[in-house]
Amino acid sequence: MLSRRTTLLLGTAALAVPQTSFAADDIKIIDNVELSGTGVTSGSMWQQGVDLAVKEVNAAGGILGRKIAIQHQDNQSQAQIAKAVATKAVDNEPYVMLGPIFSGDVNVSMAVGEDAETPTLMGGEAANLTQQGMKYLFRTSFSQSSAMPKVANYLQKTGVKSVAMVWIANDFGKGGRDTMAKELNARGIKIVADISTEPGQLDYSAVVVNIAKAPADALFAYMNEEESARFLIALRKLGYTKPIIGETVLASQRVIELAGPAANGVKAHVGLSVDAPNPLVQEYARKFKAAYNVASDHNGIKGYTAIYLIKAVTEKMGKFDRKLFASTLHGASFSAKDHPGLLMDVSFDANGDLDRESYLVEVKDGKQTITETLPPLGKK
Amino acid sequence: MIDFLQLIVSGTATGACYALAALGFTLLWQASGTINFALGEMVMLPAFIMLFFIGPAGLPLPLAFAATLLVSLLVLGLGFKRLVVDPMLKHGVIPLVIATLGLSIAMKQGVRIAFSAQVFTFPAIFSQELLSIGGARLSVSDLGTVIVAGGLVVALQTFLNRTLTGRAMQAVAQNRDAATVLGINVQRMVLYAFLINAALAATTALLVTPVYLAKFDMGDTLGLKAFYAAIIGGFNQSRGALLGGVLVGVLENLVGAYLSPGYKDGVALVLFLAVILFKPEGLLGKPEERKV
Repeated sequence: MLSRRTTLLLGTAALAVPQTSFAADDIKIIDNVELSGTGVTSGSMWQQGVDLAVKEVNAAGGILGRKIAIQHQDNQSQAQIAKAVATKAVDNEPYVMLGPIFSGDVNVSMAVGEDAETPTLMGGEAANLTQQGMKYLFRTSFSQSSAMPKVANYLQKTGVKSVAMVWIANDFGKGGRDTMAKELNARGIKIVADISTEPGQLDYSAVVVNIAKAPADALFAYMNEEESARFLIALRKLGYTKPIIGETVLASQRVIELAGPAANGVKAHVGLSVDAPNPLVQEYARKFKAAYNVASDHNGIKGYTAIYLIKAVTEKMGKFDRKLFASTLHGASFSAKDHPGLLMDVSFDANGDLDRESYLVEVKDGKQTITETLPPLGKK
Repeated sequence: MIDFLQLIVSGTATGACYALAALGFTLLWQASGTINFALGEMVMLPAFIMLFFIGPAGLPLPLAFAATLLVSLLVLGLGFKRLVVDPMLKHGVIPLVIATLGLSIAMKQGVRIAFSAQVFTFPAIFSQELLSIGGARLSVSDLGTVIVAGGLVVALQTFLNRTLTGRAMQAVAQNRDAATVLGINVQRMVLYAFLINAALAATTALLVTPVYLAKFDMGDTLGLKAFYAAIIGGFNQSRGALLGGVLVGVLENLVGAYLSPGYKDGVALVLFLAVILFKPEGLLGKPEERKV
């Protein structure tokens, strides 16, 4: 029989969450990330990318001679918890905050970093995030307002006249749907079905039957990873045969892995891909696979490059200064030649949106195949 | 019409899985007065056990299922009865309900710790091909699910109505004291109900996980829908669980397709409320009187 004290100790030990403690000389970085809940698939990849980069940077001597100490805090994919995590994080006075990944979580928590004048590198893609005058908020991937025109251009180029849209009812999905609708309208492409789905939805039979009825030339699907995989499985199960088009997530490595053969034939614009014809990206993919025995998706690349972006900006400044960090990053450009950890040339505008080359892909035999490399928008 | 047929078949497949899980509810209630709110997790756990047998243990799916069935019978059948239900039931139904809620949280968090909160892919048991019947393209996977789940329900009904053991189980469900007087081993009959419940949960896991994907919280929705289905059909009738499950699955599809996908998840709740208000014993249930 266990004594009460032993039971209490065991209970406390079981509840204790292992966290990195910060030493005086460490560069404190706190990662507000989705490690459970509906965003776990994205958040776990991001965390692994961050950890890989931190390990490499520290092994190479850190940033300006100081080591990075990273602390991952699970926001459970809930906006209010993400805000609470951010509020607690700023009390520790981190040099930079990372995350969240889900746009809804970013939307609610981003003001905390702004008030504390702490640069925040986040993974959200909703267009509105960087349109609110935030001075300390930066993206690690394309905004929907950068990505959707490329998808719409592709649809127009391939002769698509009408589209059925299926999207997930959260900030990410709604933002993507609104941006895409605007781009399609501008090109005269008709939206003949416009269907929202729930985060965490399991059964898509009714949605598939509805879009199959719609007189659309193609389907545009915009959801998070788990939902995309289940949706693709349902599409194939019910024999949907029209072209399936997406933006980044739908053709991501994680969705391909989860959906299996159901992902074959999907076409998408992707901002980041480990299959990109780029030796630095391919070397990153090899290292990620060796470290975690799983292929990285775009969220892994986002997390990895976020750490190297901190390094690049700090080395450019020559000192650690949060305010200067933000002002330096606005309007800055970095080349992958000088900063290999960034993997690709990248530039930031005054809103914190980034620009770099991107790709059109098709999933063939369970793999992303790059069909076209698109130049950065600034180079068109 | 073709769309309608597709919706009916895929809804019946989904509903058949709800029905299998709902049957577990009704069986345990009839046999021992147990309301099991950990049922969704009892479907989730076998899915992960199967993944373990397929992955690290390297077994093919049929063997992995057989091994999982054995583990489920021991852990979710015998273990659940001996370690949770027997000690708690003597304190009344409410402590037992709370215990099953606690068990549900423990199972979810246990799987989360062991397997992470990630979602995992699961091998399909049926071909991914489509059959063309009368112009409608029907999924082999949906038809297979309906056949397996329907077959199991029919087999269970036959077992309960046509065999001595099955009738003894029904006698225990109707009146324990009278069954004891008749020489029926009541404890053994109750144990059979728990074992059947565990087997149904493992089979449900095999049928739903290839489509729903394996995740530690995958039982949340399924458990809730199965509970609604059991109440709608009639908590004290096994046939009621089948009717409730299929009704929920089909109506969800029809409402999702012809009204709005946004209303789909409300279907089970609306049916549940209507039944509670107008026919509290369920569509096929019988009114029960209990001495208090």
